[in-house]
Amino acid sequence: MTTLLDQPPTDTGGARSARSLVDAVFRAREISIAGALALLILFTWISNSRFLDDQGVKDLLLNASILVLLAVGQSVVVVTRNIDLSVGSVVGLSAFACGKFVAGSDHGVLTVLLLGIALGTVCGLVSGALVSFGRVPALVVTLGMLYIIQGLDYWWAQGEQISANDVPDAILRLGSGGVLGVPYLPLIALALLAATAYFLRSYRSGRELYAIGSNPEAARLAGVPIRRRVLGAYAFSGAVAGFAGALWLARFGTVVADNAHGWELTVVSAVVVGGVAITGGTGTVWGAALGALLLTTIGSALIVLKVDAFWQGAITGALLLAAISVDRIVSLRMTAALRKRSARHGNGA
Amino acid sequence: MGMAPDTQTAPPPPATAPHERGATPGERVRAVGLRWDTAVGALLVAVFVVGLGSTDGFASGENLAFAFNDIAEVALIALPMTLLVVAGQVDLSVASMLGLGSALTGALWNAGWAFETIVPVVLLVGVAGGLLNGWLVTRVGLPSLAVTIGTLALYRGLASVALGSDAVTDFPRTYADWAVDTTTIPGTFVTYPVALFIVLAIATAVLLHSTAFGRSLFAIGAQEEAAYFAGIRVKRYKLVLFVVTGAFAAFAGIVFTLRYGSARADNGLGFEMLVIASVLLGGVDFDGGRGTLFGAVAGVLLISVLKNLLTLNDVPNEVQVIVTGLLLVASVLTPRLIAAAVERRHRRAADDTAAPTP
Repeated sequence: MTTLLDQPPTDTGGARSARSLVDAVFRAREISIAGALALLILFTWISNSRFLDDQGVKDLLLNASILVLLAVGQSVVVVTRNIDLSVGSVVGLSAFACGKFVAGSDHGVLTVLLLGIALGTVCGLVSGALVSFGRVPALVVTLGMLYIIQGLDYWWAQGEQISANDVPDAILRLGSGGVLGVPYLPLIALALLAATAYFLRSYRSGRELYAIGSNPEAARLAGVPIRRRVLGAYAFSGAVAGFAGALWLARFGTVVADNAHGWELTVVSAVVVGGVAITGGTGTVWGAALGALLLTTIGSALIVLKVDAFWQGAITGALLLAAISVDRIVSLRMTAALRKRSARHGNGA
Repeated sequence: MGMAPDTQTAPPPPATAPHERGATPGERVRAVGLRWDTAVGALLVAVFVVGLGSTDGFASGENLAFAFNDIAEVALIALPMTLLVVAGQVDLSVASMLGLGSALTGALWNAGWAFETIVPVVLLVGVAGGLLNGWLVTRVGLPSLAVTIGTLALYRGLASVALGSDAVTDFPRTYADWAVDTTTIPGTFVTYPVALFIVLAIATAVLLHSTAFGRSLFAIGAQEEAAYFAGIRVKRYKLVLFVVTGAFAAFAGIVFTLRYGSARADNGLGFEMLVIASVLLGGVDFDGGRGTLFGAVAGVLLISVLKNLLTLNDVPNEVQVIVTGLLLVASVLTPRLIAAAVERRHRRAADDTAAPTP
């Protein structure tokens, strides 16, 4: 079913052309999301040209950056046929912890980011250890972790709020400044996106994550260290969420305990819209990032188009359902076409 | 649903999760005479006894009525959710459907509808929502997790379209009193929502454990393909489960509205997590094919009694959230740990009596 396993050594001409056909379709998946995004932007821009002025684009990119980061982290977990529902609470915890850490001090940007990453990594390692070594369903464990982390965060914060006045300027500049007019946050998101995409595509351990998601039993027989890889995926997702929490502080300055509350489902939605199958084994982080961008753009477009804000949730949900349904139907058609094709090649040989 | 044909009365095929070698942890735990659902039941009794002995006011009828009534909606939704999870499915959209039910109740009441008309309409909307979930899962062939994340957003969105950010609170006492914890069945401290839950729980238990339909659900959850080839109408059954779950969730929306005397689009936000946590806490296997309704009910009650005890002892809400999370992790981890320990002991015993190796 998946195109993402290593090339088998005996690759016949028929199989190769079938493979490139499948490749083309999966590339088309991302192109179609990008196309939908372009149409949406174009339509909104025609209706209101302010949507694409400097400030509009900047806001859009800033709003999307944190969701893109989280979607990248989540994708790495989802391709292994797992899920991490605790990311929203990790962002909240990390943002508050970083805020508490910098409040009234002169800690540098790097220290704060490292603190966020370290906190997130610890959370991810706990979830990952429970899933991979405890061999328990990921949804249950990360749901439990969501409660635990959220409870710890609330307990610690006790309704306290960190305000932008407490946060050093250097950190706030990371959230609002930029180079050559491009804000830092999208650049950071893009860098992480590209690095993760390269890792998943070109590293053996990256390919193994797909192998685990496609067929855990086959991956085990092929000698893939499943537990270690799954643990690594969770640690990465946690680290990214912790990092996103630190950036959240930089972006908003004001943090409370329930920042990013409920974001886990938005992140999973973005990943699924972006064509990463929830059943594991397929999809790319580029798709997931496009999914995140699309969800953010819809939100902004609805506001610009003066669509009642109450419609936003319903439209997002309908879009998500449409995206996964179309994906499913296309992939069914593809499977049928491939089967016909390989049958023909079989007869010819 | 018609009665199942004869072929379906055969016991379900033995369940083997593909990633396990040999017996599943559940089976290994059972071999030591400790079933997880019984353990949760025992834990519930223990917590209850501790509460009776240690906390003033816990044993009063008013408090017990409050404690159980307080989770009426979660408990009601947990019943069909148990069936769904046994069949290897999940519905994350239930809390949004609860919100939609609540918002519709408010919007229609505002529009001057009679309450007697509102109830069936809201139930029908629940059925329609369940049909959409079920249709996408069974006909389009999508995983229930992905579908219901989508409808989670959709139904909550529709709820806010229906009622916006308003709250409708002017329900007459005749209706509102029905669900509150101070109105009990005369002579008892049982409230009407709890009485309804008891009746429905017994009916669901009989359905799951004593009918061909129920056994089919275990078969579907254990090995869907095998169940299909055994002649079980897998798609039809799954569709029915989603429809029933949608209807229960919408109905829970009405109960919630009356209990708090307030219809809002964001009522029950995040409840889906609590419902699923309760069911899984009761030992229903998230991978499907395993679990009992007794366990699920014990899970719901355990969460409510613990919450009540912690509240009475002034333990802050944040700690209660942590306890829920720890319980949830423990409920899936403990059986596996026990199983691993048992296996180790068996292996050591086998080594000690070392017969010539085969």
